[in-house]
Amino acid sequence: MPANRHNNFTEYGIGIGLRVPHYQHILSRKPTCDWFEIISENFMVDGGRPLHVLDQILEQYRVVQHGVAMYLGSTDPLDREHLRKLKRLIKRTNTPWVSDHLCWGSIDGSYSHDLLPLPYTFEAAEHVAQRVREVRDFLEVPILVENVSSYAEFHDSEMSEWEFLTEVVEKADAGILLDVNNIYVSSQNHGFNAYDYLDHVPLQRVGQIHIAGHSKFEKYILDTHDHPVLDPVWKMYAHAVRAIGPTATLLEWDDRIPTFDDVHNEALKAGRFCQELVRAESEA
Amino acid sequence: MPNPKPETSKTGPAKLRELQRQFATGIMRPLTPEQTMHPKWTDGRPSADAVAGFIKPNDKLKSIERLEIYNRQYWYRLIDCFYEDFPGLRTLLGDRQFSGMAEAYLNRYRSRSFTLRDLGQDLEKFLADEPAWTEKHPVLARDLVRLEWAHIVAFDGEALPPLEVDELLGQDPGMLRLALQPHLTLLACDYPVDTFLLATRRRDEPQGGASHAVAERMKKKSARKVPRPRENKIVMAVHRHSHSVYYKRLEPAAFVLLTRLREGKTLAEACEAAAATGDPGFTDKLKDWFTQWATFGWFVRPA
Repeated sequence: MPANRHNNFTEYGIGIGLRVPHYQHILSRKPTCDWFEIISENFMVDGGRPLHVLDQILEQYRVVQHGVAMYLGSTDPLDREHLRKLKRLIKRTNTPWVSDHLCWGSIDGSYSHDLLPLPYTFEAAEHVAQRVREVRDFLEVPILVENVSSYAEFHDSEMSEWEFLTEVVEKADAGILLDVNNIYVSSQNHGFNAYDYLDHVPLQRVGQIHIAGHSKFEKYILDTHDHPVLDPVWKMYAHAVRAIGPTATLLEWDDRIPTFDDVHNEALKAGRFCQELVRAESEA
Repeated sequence: MPNPKPETSKTGPAKLRELQRQFATGIMRPLTPEQTMHPKWTDGRPSADAVAGFIKPNDKLKSIERLEIYNRQYWYRLIDCFYEDFPGLRTLLGDRQFSGMAEAYLNRYRSRSFTLRDLGQDLEKFLADEPAWTEKHPVLARDLVRLEWAHIVAFDGEALPPLEVDELLGQDPGMLRLALQPHLTLLACDYPVDTFLLATRRRDEPQGGASHAVAERMKKKSARKVPRPRENKIVMAVHRHSHSVYYKRLEPAAFVLLTRLREGKTLAEACEAAAATGDPGFTDKLKDWFTQWATFGWFVRPA
């Protein structure tokens, strides 16, 4: 049974990000893994090894696409070439949904290659929602919008981040990719209660969850994806899963990448949370 | 929540766009040598005042310090990408000069593509316009940049359905035109940069699989010097075969022949130009060359 209409893939289980240092291990050993998440832009190429590897992965595993460069909050026109390449990749992978971030990243044709924060204004929410609708109409696949970690806040903001996220997904009728690590990072950087975020975001729209590690500095926390998931994030994950039910979950590990088994074992901790939840529900 | 009254216009959300321009102005300006944000804004105001106008401070960080996090991330990410894409040029110039050159390039040629893969596409033009960055070895640097960009193109460039040898047999050379694979680049260099780049990559390549120790090993290996090549003209094709990139040295006549074909000349015209190089064994080699090139899948139908 789907947990909600944005979460038709309740049984997807626990995935990990497909990363270059693991290619050889995955292709030669074919380890068990529920699914892999790919960074769409890494495979939006015209040919060569990336697509060759992807095709081999697709023969054995389910793949879900996650984007980093759609820039749903940018005020430049949508990049049609980017969307055409993305749609071509979607046809190749048969991804059940695509996700990208609630951010902007380009202006006047110049790209920052970063996930930059938006002011939480009604103007911005309407703008982003309109673009989400346009992108979904073009791609013809469900879209999940992911909350980003951030290090700056704007004077212009008219609402909290979770109100802004809600405003966008309600207006666009889109799903949410809930990154609990990003919520934690932003809560520490901006001084809000992470559980207020979890308790107010429309959880019935959550189709996927991200978990990851981060790095603490003296005055702020950076979303570095180069560590195991830390305890506060696991606690938030448990809180979210209790409220949402089992949800496709992905561990992100993008820098100082350890062995495949180390990454997979870390990800499987999330699976145990979900299994315990299901067991508790069946006993109740 | 209050009632939404977005101020949008036909040209888009003007206020949001202006805010994004201000933000981008801050993060895309080069850092100071101390890795901090530039103290002056583009209009001459103190940056701290300009940034405080649109970013909130908090109890730990001033407005400018919050934007500075993004300013650093922008430059670190882009320069890291340059380090990965141009290891040969970095080895030639040394880390400090390479880093300064990369910053100057990125300041002049901001990324215009959604993918970092295209970041260095104007580097050859930049170095021609600003030769001071490579003043000790301008020609060697140019050759390296051409090869390293050709490597990127060969890695993931488009591959069209190749023509088989049988499809070429019996065709009138005076009428036959052949195109080459888009991922193939023909290069004429004054230095044997292929061996230099291969030695650099061997030095830098990680030993074994993924682990935390890899980065440390790479740092140690990067300290080893790769001998700088001496001037010695070469011609080559940079291409992809069985999903791997190869640098294939060519004989001068073969290079001329392929170059003319790429220019759209007929096979007869290309052969005539190749024969004019004076290679005494040209006629005997021709069949072997074509067999090999067809095996590599280099020939495709002209558009």
